[in-house]
Amino acid sequence: MKPRIGFFDFTGCEGCQLTVLNLEEEFLELLELVEIVEFREVMSGAAESLDIAFVEGSICRPQEVERLKAIRARSKTLVALGACADTAGVNALGHFRDLQQMRREIYGGDAPQLLTEPPRPLQAWVQVDHRVPGCPIDGREFLAVLQALLMGRPPELPSYSLCVECKLAELPCTFERDQVCLGPVTRAGCKALCIEAGDRCRGCRGVIDNPRSDPYYRILEEHGLCAEDILQELRTFNVLGKGKQCASK
Amino acid sequence: MRIEVAHLARIEGHANLVVDAVSGELKECRLEIVESPRFFEGLLKGRHYSDVAPIIARICGVCSNSHTLVSLAATERALGIPISRQTRNLRRLLAYGEILQSHILQLYFMAVPDYLGVPSIFPLARSRRDLVSRALRLKKLANDICNVVGGRPVHPVTPCVGGFSALPQASALQGLRRQLVQALPDLEETVELFSSLPVPEFERETEYLSLGGGSDYPIFGDSIVSSDGICAPVAEYAATIEEYLVPHSTAKFARATRESYMVGPLARARNAFARLSPMARQVAAAMGLSASATNPYHSLLARLVEVIHCVEEAIHLIDAVLLAGLREEALRTPEGGGEGAAAIEAPRGTLFHAYGYDEKGCIETADCVIPTAQNLANIEADLRALVPSLLGLPEAELTRRLEMLVRAYDPCISCSTHLLKVEFV
Ligand code: SF4
Ligand code: SF4
Repeated sequence: MKPRIGFFDFTGCEGCQLTVLNLEEEFLELLELVEIVEFREVMSGAAESLDIAFVEGSICRPQEVERLKAIRARSKTLVALGACADTAGVNALGHFRDLQQMRREIYGGDAPQLLTEPPRPLQAWVQVDHRVPGCPIDGREFLAVLQALLMGRPPELPSYSLCVECKLAELPCTFERDQVCLGPVTRAGCKALCIEAGDRCRGCRGVIDNPRSDPYYRILEEHGLCAEDILQELRTFNVLGKGKQCASK
Repeated sequence: MRIEVAHLARIEGHANLVVDAVSGELKECRLEIVESPRFFEGLLKGRHYSDVAPIIARICGVCSNSHTLVSLAATERALGIPISRQTRNLRRLLAYGEILQSHILQLYFMAVPDYLGVPSIFPLARSRRDLVSRALRLKKLANDICNVVGGRPVHPVTPCVGGFSALPQASALQGLRRQLVQALPDLEETVELFSSLPVPEFERETEYLSLGGGSDYPIFGDSIVSSDGICAPVAEYAATIEEYLVPHSTAKFARATRESYMVGPLARARNAFARLSPMARQVAAAMGLSASATNPYHSLLARLVEVIHCVEEAIHLIDAVLLAGLREEALRTPEGGGEGAAAIEAPRGTLFHAYGYDEKGCIETADCVIPTAQNLANIEADLRALVPSLLGLPEAELTRRLEMLVRAYDPCISCSTHLLKVEFV
């Protein structure tokens, strides 16, 4: 029997699921190899059990925790799909603001349906077996992770920083424009596409396991920047730091 | 009889449908928006203008390009930054790419299964390989436009305040042009397919609202127009549209002249029918879509007509850009703060962003009004009008018809739960 896989979404923008659908031709081939048994965004119906569940989005409400636990219970393997699921991504910016005050500012009141908790990554509530980082995910990397799982070996993400890929692509360093770039501490794998597009790295793929800070301080000093500049920058996608640190719940 | 559909399928985001009828009489009928609110505008507070578009785009993956483009326009207006004709053309091309991408996804992945009686497009990969391959080819074309112009299909990376941080290669634009021309047979077959689908009959006239002004079909625009006679500058959107909170929803509802109004492809096609491309008008005529359509299921036809329009217009836009020649442009650094509002026609309808910046160029206030949230009251009004005539049907069929109606609007719930207003008092 073909492996049964499903896609699920919580609080997020569905951009990661869309990136999967955007695989076009490969997606068609994928349908030959696996059976997609649940994917609410584009199909009706639900499945009782799954071999692999890909889960997008952060968890913000008790109902979401329940739904996530139920998915975990019927799935052999659970993969966090994208930054929202992996580290709480941009959603985690909410950790800086008082939620009650925000509800008042934005909705003019504290209506019960608006009650949420600060957004958390999946692993704050359930065991996450593997992850596909990025905001949005990289379609190729998703395929690589799925392929590894189908072949029964653990998928591996690059452990080195984005600077390596950036240098290989011979792109000019963002720091030369005296702008902070998170490339030195961000996990490689996106081929530095933002830097190639003339932007800087905002760190959507999360921090590598062992970032080295010393050379970073030196680069900052050389360009008249300080650690606060980096922290400010890290606040877009890495409020909670590495997913691991907020797993205590 | 009570119908409850939790987590409606084949729409973006999470909504429940609740219908309650007792002995032929409708008691309750609502669309519950259960997606968690994300307070996006609140999250922007204090952020530098160069971070605003990349953050706010994360409201919605399916319309991340529209959010990016309107965000940039609002910031540019607030900070007094002019943009060039080249930037304007490329942004329009990107907007067409996204409308195509979103409409193709809705037509083939979300609507077609309803009409062919399958839970999703996936089982058709074997039985109707031609249809699925065609859907994927058209989707790829749309993604390629976004890729070439915006740097990636979801959450674009090249558009920035003042213009673009990187321009597409002329050769890539030429390649796109070829692909667009080659797509014409696929479009013909798509039109044939949709002409053969039985669109349910149901008429309910409502107020139709879109951007107006200008000589082009509305994408960017400075005025809001409606079938009930609204004609107001975009800057006055907050006085034109009234938003309100309802207990069963985490998204705000909206009204203008009446209790509800419609935005999106059908509203645009009605309000700007004469400005559709020649080919699009032909297709509209062939499929029976007119400027006075009042059947909400016709949104499907309007979407297809817009697909034709976008393809035809994208070809002309590319020609215009290539004829003028691509030029690198220096980006200006703004000084001081200010306030500004802008609007765009996103795939699902009119989308407003408004920002206030302090002297350092950091966000003080932010407000977004999202298309689906504007449609919610209208969807409910349609459901209320439709349900009584269907009460004789078996429950499963009734449910299917109602879901189809909701899907005809292509609601994007992920988006609408971020419809929020910040008033820092
Ligand atoms: S990680 Fe980014 S692209 Fe994916 S759902 Fe979250 S906000 Fe959207
Ligand atoms: S360059 Fe940085 S921000 Fe861009 S995709 Fe890669 S990790 Fe994400």
